[in-house]
Amino acid sequence: MSALQGEACIVGIGNTPYRRGSDGPVDSPLRIELEACEAAIADAGLRPSDIDGILPFYGLSIAENLAVNLGVEDLRYQATSHVGGAGPGASLANAAMAVAAGLASHVLIPGGWYGFSGRRVRQIIVQDPSSMAGGVNARDFYFPFGLTAPVQWFSFIARWHMNEFGTKPEQLGAVAVAQRKHAQLNPNALMRGKPLSMEEYLASPMISDPYRLFDCSLEADGGAAFVVTSLERARDLPQKPVKLLGVAQGQPYPADDLVGREDVFQLGQTSAAPRAFEMAGITPRDVDFAEIYDPFTFQVIQQLEEMGFCKPGEGGGFVEDGRIELGGELPVNTHGGLLSEAHVLGMNHFIEAVRQLRGEAGERQVEDAEIGIVTGFGDFGDGAIAVLGR
Amino acid sequence: MTREAAEYRKPLPVMEGMTKEFYENCSRGELCFQRCSGCEKLRHLPTPRCARCGSWDWEWSPSTGRGKLVTWTVVRRPMHPDFADDVPYAPAVIELDDGIRMVSWVVDCASDDLCAGMPVEVVFDHVTDAVTLPKFRRLTT
Repeated sequence: MSALQGEACIVGIGNTPYRRGSDGPVDSPLRIELEACEAAIADAGLRPSDIDGILPFYGLSIAENLAVNLGVEDLRYQATSHVGGAGPGASLANAAMAVAAGLASHVLIPGGWYGFSGRRVRQIIVQDPSSMAGGVNARDFYFPFGLTAPVQWFSFIARWHMNEFGTKPEQLGAVAVAQRKHAQLNPNALMRGKPLSMEEYLASPMISDPYRLFDCSLEADGGAAFVVTSLERARDLPQKPVKLLGVAQGQPYPADDLVGREDVFQLGQTSAAPRAFEMAGITPRDVDFAEIYDPFTFQVIQQLEEMGFCKPGEGGGFVEDGRIELGGELPVNTHGGLLSEAHVLGMNHFIEAVRQLRGEAGERQVEDAEIGIVTGFGDFGDGAIAVLGR
Repeated sequence: MTREAAEYRKPLPVMEGMTKEFYENCSRGELCFQRCSGCEKLRHLPTPRCARCGSWDWEWSPSTGRGKLVTWTVVRRPMHPDFADDVPYAPAVIELDDGIRMVSWVVDCASDDLCAGMPVEVVFDHVTDAVTLPKFRRLTT
């Protein structure tokens, strides 16, 4: 039993509307993060001055800026993990340690993305290529060959799997279709009101073969945040706490070269998931729903395999026949995910898991949801996973 | 294959340190990888220290330049504007016979004709006076 098991919980969540383009008051990246923080702190029944730990997302607003706007006068603990989309999960582990060790009482994990109105990925790769995953290695050894963007990196891996195991485009499509279905039940989802059939998926334009338009996530503007504290303090707060049962991080090896790994499908999740399940004392069979970081469709299939929900090579079959849809054996990305809710760097996966475990997910509620997992995925496959329970 | 520096507008490696040496070897017509002087292990991408045996000593070791195509993507919508005139193009992963995998590009082969396991050999594309990119062509024999 780990010292962290059952120590910490999520007691407040908040998010702004998710948007593509500004159709309301003028946003700024700082403002959308702060609005999400305000909402999460209020949801927790706390005042901003109760916050004494802030774990900012790498590349977004720094702790000093958030603290001075929120009025956090006694910031006792701050730290950032440089693992891209695995950041929220890594920060949750960090928050749990800080709370368990008495370094902080109420830890705020802010995040979101200004990914539509701010610099788009296609601008960053031109203006600042070494800030992308792989850093100068990618700049010097990938970019000159036209391998410049995430959709291209990860389509390499999808095709590799197709070559090796016969995974089909319709199986990638099953992920897109399932998540779009879930988005129809989610008022926050950008793709609500735009259902997607397999025929429409297959007819969508090819971006980087085998990835079509609908294999790709939605760059969006939106903030999301959550608050972590100890189970003991949670007793005095209004929300039913969502408990952290297990948490782990992992990295593929080597982390900075997508194509140099002995097992090309290895991810951070490969080692992280068994550690998190062991800490929680569960197996994949005990999981009622999974919010899986989904920059592209195949990375959902890949993580399902690497986490042990099915055997290597069998992920394509696993996602078919409604198994990952609401009502199926393992509902995946019940909010629509990065593909159909919004790409806000995976913060929305945590928000959704908490809503599910509180029983507040409305039409898309997973019946009797007791245990859910949330994964994060960053750079060339850095991983974090949290096992959450009610 | 030589072009004027002025007309080549795609991203280039920053010619410093081990990166510079790697591409300078290509300019001389040699695809080389680092070979550890302690344990003989070949490695790529360049690093100063051998992760297996801990040795800081290494030398550039010429590769046969032969291998096979293991994966690729056919880029239809260029994310980077410098490749807009090249679509569709196919960045690829080549697994060399000596075990090293690298990102490159298969020339002289339509993207529809690419297939897993296709044997390839290195060719050198002198894209600027300073930089030569190792690319690959189909081995038909």
